Amino acid sequence: MPLSNTPANAAGWSDPAPAPAANALAPTPPLWLLAELTYRCPLHCAFCYNPVDYTRVEQELDTAQWRRVLDEGRALGAVQLGFSGGEPLVRDDLEALVAHARGLGYYINLITSGVGLTDARLGALREAGLDHIQLSFQDSTREMNDFLSSTRTFDLKNKVARLIKAHGYPMVMNCVLHRYNLPHIGAIIEMALEMGAEYLELANTQYYGWAWENRLALMPTEAQLREAEAVVERYRAKIGNRCKLLFVVPDYYENRPKRCMNGWGTTFLGIAPDGAAMPCHAARMLPGLTLPNVRESSLHDIWHHSDAFRRFRGTDWMPEPCRSCDEWEKDLGGCRCQAFLLTGDPGRTDPVCDKSPDHGRVREVVMQAARREVKEAPLVFRSVAESRRLVEEAAGDERG
Amino acid sequence: MSQDASNPMTNETSSETSHVALPELPRLNRLYRLQWEEVQKAWVLLYPEGMVKLNDSAAAILQRCDGTRTADALVDDLQAAYGVTGIAPEVHAFVQHACERGWLV
Repeated sequence: MPLSNTPANAAGWSDPAPAPAANALAPTPPLWLLAELTYRCPLHCAFCYNPVDYTRVEQELDTAQWRRVLDEGRALGAVQLGFSGGEPLVRDDLEALVAHARGLGYYINLITSGVGLTDARLGALREAGLDHIQLSFQDSTREMNDFLSSTRTFDLKNKVARLIKAHGYPMVMNCVLHRYNLPHIGAIIEMALEMGAEYLELANTQYYGWAWENRLALMPTEAQLREAEAVVERYRAKIGNRCKLLFVVPDYYENRPKRCMNGWGTTFLGIAPDGAAMPCHAARMLPGLTLPNVRESSLHDIWHHSDAFRRFRGTDWMPEPCRSCDEWEKDLGGCRCQAFLLTGDPGRTDPVCDKSPDHGRVREVVMQAARREVKEAPLVFRSVAESRRLVEEAAGDERG
Repeated sequence: MSQDASNPMTNETSSETSHVALPELPRLNRLYRLQWEEVQKAWVLLYPEGMVKLNDSAAAILQRCDGTRTADALVDDLQAAYGVTGIAPEVHAFVQHACERGWLV
């Protein structure tokens, strides 16, 4: 009777047990299904990963269409379900979707800013079968939280955190890190402990979407990062299992890339508000990649047969220097969106890798940011007006 | 919503603590849900944004950790159910491991 347990390569599993690179013909199940119910959001975070042209997406899936997505995802083997956005609480069918998902056997995560999470809704969601709530904060101080989200939400979030615990939910507190708040990391951890969060996700900014627009302003210094890592380590030693601290490593200061979504088309299936199916959160921006839509295809066809999900699955697509690298199955060439943003070609090796001929571009962004004072790089806050401006600018670039 | 909030596949480091006091009557931590997954043909432990795939033995032990049995009673129960003997060291080691991981409290 062998008793060793086998860590699966599922969502969130942090042990070094990478899944084998999936064969393009026989993919593993999409264990993590992310339902981005809407792009509407009361916050205006300068590091949001939603596409900068989100205002072009108008028609959201309706309740019946989302139910079908949940049915088909579960049949494919999805087990972790995230309701996200935008702010998923702006959908008034959230409770109905949670109840449907629970009936199917999903473990249901609500990923929220907390705006709109009242005592009554928390109770209704609990009754519907919601398992867990991830609540975002932008900082440990009211001033910085409210500045970075361009809203007055700090006090509200504190109140919501207490309500979440009062209703007995497990809670993950999430805070995106960058040069503005990295010096506060100790206070952010103290805040999570005080609130009784079971997990604290300290996620260094990844530079896509709005964060890419703001990269020079948000990029931390190496000294800030190392100091923050040391603080996290000290707290881990002190607090043990009371609250698990997850520290998402910042790419730009590494010399090897991360796997893209644990491997393109191996684990993650995201559905955008309009039904576009995405192999990663940011895949919408990749040129030449036509995203299949759940209005036209079944999730089974999308996962197994669509060009978008097969394009970078496995190792067949890989260029040099990946092809002749002995670590190619470890990181699978890294992030496709990062390759595109830094080189213009999503099919190249992630420039974070110091074996990449494009690695200099990463160093360039880091050096540019290091030379710059924060005040010289004003933040672009996510808003409908800024989104339309950026769409216009991009159209201008194409024309000119 | 915040960046990466819904990206559970990023590399991360997490703390694993070692010695914790063993409960007399182990039961599943309320953070976890134990469930059969037909597509994976396996029992899994689900928790916020994560999953642990269990082998049959680990699942058989965890299913019996309902706060009414001591570790010794678990051994008796499993030996009777599966018609085996001499599994006490393995069961105790797994219970210890599961407590360290926070699965059992």
